[in-house]
Amino acid sequence: MHESVDDWSGDYDIFDPKYIENPYPIWQELRVSCPVPHTQRWGGSHMTTTNEDTRKIAKMVDVFSSINPLVVSSDVPVTFDTDTYGVGAPPISTDPPQHGPARRLILPALSPQAVIGYRPFTEQICRSLVTEMGDASYADAAEQYAQQIPPRVIAHILGVDLDDADQFIAWVRDVLEQGKGDVSKRLDAGLAIRMYFAEQVKLKRQSLGSDMVSQILSGDLDGTPVTDPHAIATCVLLLIAGIDTTWSSIGSAIWHLATYPDDQARLRQNRDLLPVAIEEFLRAYSPVTMARLVLKPIRYNGVDFVPGDKLLLNFPAANRDPLAFEDPESVQIDRRDNRHIAFGIGIHRCAGSNLARMEMETSLRILLEMMPPFTLDPRRSVTWGGGQVRGPRNLPLRFSD
Amino acid sequence: MKVKVDPTMCMGHARCVSLAPALFESDELGNAVVIGDGSVNSKWEEAVKLAVANCPEYAISMIE
Repeated sequence: MHESVDDWSGDYDIFDPKYIENPYPIWQELRVSCPVPHTQRWGGSHMTTTNEDTRKIAKMVDVFSSINPLVVSSDVPVTFDTDTYGVGAPPISTDPPQHGPARRLILPALSPQAVIGYRPFTEQICRSLVTEMGDASYADAAEQYAQQIPPRVIAHILGVDLDDADQFIAWVRDVLEQGKGDVSKRLDAGLAIRMYFAEQVKLKRQSLGSDMVSQILSGDLDGTPVTDPHAIATCVLLLIAGIDTTWSSIGSAIWHLATYPDDQARLRQNRDLLPVAIEEFLRAYSPVTMARLVLKPIRYNGVDFVPGDKLLLNFPAANRDPLAFEDPESVQIDRRDNRHIAFGIGIHRCAGSNLARMEMETSLRILLEMMPPFTLDPRRSVTWGGGQVRGPRNLPLRFSD
Repeated sequence: MKVKVDPTMCMGHARCVSLAPALFESDELGNAVVIGDGSVNSKWEEAVKLAVANCPEYAISMIE
């Protein structure tokens, strides 16, 4: 049973329905009254609300560790939810010095130039999904479109069966959207993902291909060959990190276009503006909040942190801080100065950011190209998911005739 | 005018590469490198200013 929140500075709840649907006024108030609020809920945490604090703390990697970046930890006393292999999900759950080699292992396959190679497949997927959605009796752009794209693209990149994509969606939602106490579901899903990739790694070892799993297996960690446990754990990350997040970004962008027809019309007339608009959607509707674990006692901005404390790096709030952005509550699709940190900041910058942008650009462009103007369908409700990853989970659209 | 990327600060966000592709490219790891000697002709001045203003890591600087 959810207890409503009366005091956001000392008892916040990132799973509160009001917070999930409209967190912006809450952040506005907290930035002024209590910029690093605290809660006992969900195992207890502090969170940032300003751009400056989020940037600074993200860079204090020797104090604020990444060993468990999930915003809600299970009570099972192992990091990153029953880490089978002793390596977490590198590099997102590693600190220096292990972090650098683990990150360099995956960056080449996710560089801007590598991502261009995944575009034709992404276009093909988007076209067929739009066609299917257009033929359906009603259109839910979250479930039928945004949600379907990232799992298929990552399956393609990893070189695994595309038919497994639906299973990926279910697993990842169990891992990331669990927040109401069903820890066993999350642990089961985590284990299932690890078993899946243990099998894939075994298969790929026998016959390396050009896919990313094969690249990881034939790569090295600063000269040391990649072990199966490291490869499996890295694949777990690639699956978990790229699905809910990108789906949420695409969904939020479509929600904006459905809600603000003038912006949609402007993008239909001027497709060149799309990359600029996407950066603004990333800023204004940043999906991802990450957690850090305090390793050393530290006093920061009036808060005494002790080892074991959890801190939430609130990138979405940082991106609406009036000290960092002019008129931050106004979504301006032609905003040119936009130093947002939706993909994080510092050594843990989202390794898949180039891929995410390509998926956003491709999916939005194809939707605008293939379909007539759309608005929200008033006969059904938009629902939002939140916590670690915020975005629309149902997005009913009505297309003009 | 010349443009410079601090390789210790760049974390590979690639904003500069998309805003000013004539002046920045990504290395194998996706980190930004300046193309050529970094000289900026007047045609690209606006794009470079945008690259500087959008870099999340404040890694790009301009030298007059």
